[in-house]
Amino acid sequence: MTEEILRVENLHVSVGDVPILKGLNLVINRGEIHAIMGRNGSGKSTLANVIMGHPSYEITDGHVFYRGQALEDLEVHERARAGMFLSFQYPASIPGVQVGTFLKKSVSSVRENPPKGREFRKELTAAMSQLSMDKSFLSRYVNDGFSGGEKKRLEILQLLLLQPHLALLDETDSGLDIDALRIVAEGINEVAPNSASLIITHYQRLLDLVQPHFVHAMIDGNIVHSGGPELALELEERGYDWLDNAA
Amino acid sequence: MVEDSQEIIGDYQYGFHDPENSTIRFDKGLTEQVVRDISELKNEPEWMTDIRVKAYRHFVERVMPDWGNCSLLNMIDFENVTYFLRSSDKTEKSWDDVPDDIKNTFDRLGIPEAEQKWLGGVTAQYESEAVYHSIREDLEEQGVIFLDMDSGLKQYPEIVKKYFGTVVPHSDNKFSALNTAVWSGGSFLYIPKGVSVEMPVQAYFRINAKNMGQFERTLIIADEGSTVHYVEGCTAPNYSTDSLHSAVVELIAMKGAKIRYSTVQNWSSNVYNLVTKRAVAYQDAVVEWVDGNIGSKLTMKYPSVLLKGEGAHAEVISVAYAGEGQHQDTGAKVHHLASNTTSNILSKSISKGGGRSSYRGLLQVTPKSSGCRSKVVCDALILDEDSRSDTYPTMEIGNSSSDLEHEASVSKVSSDQLFYLMTRGFSEEEAMGLIVNGFFEPFTRELPMEYAVELNKLLELEMEGSIG
Repeated sequence: MTEEILRVENLHVSVGDVPILKGLNLVINRGEIHAIMGRNGSGKSTLANVIMGHPSYEITDGHVFYRGQALEDLEVHERARAGMFLSFQYPASIPGVQVGTFLKKSVSSVRENPPKGREFRKELTAAMSQLSMDKSFLSRYVNDGFSGGEKKRLEILQLLLLQPHLALLDETDSGLDIDALRIVAEGINEVAPNSASLIITHYQRLLDLVQPHFVHAMIDGNIVHSGGPELALELEERGYDWLDNAA
Repeated sequence: MVEDSQEIIGDYQYGFHDPENSTIRFDKGLTEQVVRDISELKNEPEWMTDIRVKAYRHFVERVMPDWGNCSLLNMIDFENVTYFLRSSDKTEKSWDDVPDDIKNTFDRLGIPEAEQKWLGGVTAQYESEAVYHSIREDLEEQGVIFLDMDSGLKQYPEIVKKYFGTVVPHSDNKFSALNTAVWSGGSFLYIPKGVSVEMPVQAYFRINAKNMGQFERTLIIADEGSTVHYVEGCTAPNYSTDSLHSAVVELIAMKGAKIRYSTVQNWSSNVYNLVTKRAVAYQDAVVEWVDGNIGSKLTMKYPSVLLKGEGAHAEVISVAYAGEGQHQDTGAKVHHLASNTTSNILSKSISKGGGRSSYRGLLQVTPKSSGCRSKVVCDALILDEDSRSDTYPTMEIGNSSSDLEHEASVSKVSSDQLFYLMTRGFSEEEAMGLIVNGFFEPFTRELPMEYAVELNKLLELEMEGSIG
């Protein structure tokens, strides 16, 4: 039985007067992994940010439904608490706030029955060792002075701990070496079967490790072509020019 | 009255007040006779009366500072201040003997509980005098003297006479003159040679009465090679009229001694907090001021260190939070008076809701003090358009063999930070609280854990209702 998690209908989005998304449609059911590929500036990241409720974007037409509910009136943190998660391409640093404290607070505001005390520490330790993260991470400040790879690991650690219904993964593969990429992919694969995943990427290489059910090519604010995993290979090989006419 | 003041002040959590049951209360206003009466009431030696009178005369002649916040300073009505109020006839050694209403206050502030858990000694001052005092027996056996200042003068007049006013002379400024004239209460702490006091000792200052003036006087002497950590906290009720807190704190760190003095000042926003804190550090001594200013209407306070002996080190870590209607004019002064002395100053301020914070600092290296090193870092965080932050650093460097660094930054909370935290389930207010706590973290990590937790909670409360 399919359970619809995300439905994007005829979505038009602008920043200021500049239209970015132009009537985009997308449905993701639980257990599905969708990948969106496209050139820089095609609107991929905008889509992820808009779904999450970023205040800089204005929805001029269309709707986003999450688990059957229209999202317009939900604030960002309410979306998070409802089980939506965005992994950032460039996560902000929060100087002075220790990773351990941050994770604990985040998990207790987002999860329905958050693990407490020892139970939380156990879960945290397991997730960190899965991602080959040293314990010393916990006393560092959130993303402060982190390398690109460290930031991505922390994002995936949060994905594992927050157990979202919807995971939006924005360029999670960028800046990772092959070992780190494998670790990150394992994290995504672990969460994916029980949630709906949207992977935004430039490259095929993450999709070798995380097998998408659907691949969408995005050009100029819209999905112009959709297919199975083979489309990712094709886009990698042929680029996007052959699709330009469709836009 | 309580409702009225709630409206004015907002949700300051220590704003409650108790009935004013005083045993002795002086009429408002200050004259030479009031000064003499205080001294007589305390049965002080003549030399102390003389110092008080001299200081009073200086106070009268001394003009108000023409810097800081002049308009607020000039609003102080010295005639509408109660200069002495005794609320309990004795300083008790057991909480059970402290009058119920006063004991309840300190219970609500969590002092007896903290004492049991992690303190080496406690002095609790209510209005003008200490109502409770204790010190752990093992410290007493090692010769540590920890008393309220009045008892210190009675029991150790020769030590007090030797050091009183040597670090902060009465003529230092108008408010040190005022304090010297009418001082009452405060702490007297002496650590003998080589004794290391592991648990912090704490003084807690509470103003309860309206239009009260609290003028405690603290003298800490750490003899050669000794170590101590002294902590003070302060609160007051919310009233729509002003109170005046004007303390003088003198620290003396002998050769190789180490004094850390931590403050979390959380006065209600009707309190003028005008305090002179200064330390002398002799050879290889270390003085650390850890100074947090969250409350008050106007705070003017610049913890200072005179580095008098070679190899001495000063550390001043301070934070200031200026909310609506508040001005925190704070900073640090370090005088490098000997060679190879070092200092670190870290100042962090947050302004919100139209509040104003100013950093005012002085760094002096005399021509003969060679090879000194100092680093000054000032960071300001401004939370909205109505608020203000200024920096007034002064550097007087008398030689070229010294190495000085100064960094200053002013920042705002970025929308990226807020969005990121909100996607992790934090409401905008919670996100703000987290960012603010993080900003103060270099300060809070220096506090005993219980204080750090309390301070973080306090800041989170301050962030509530802050988002338009």
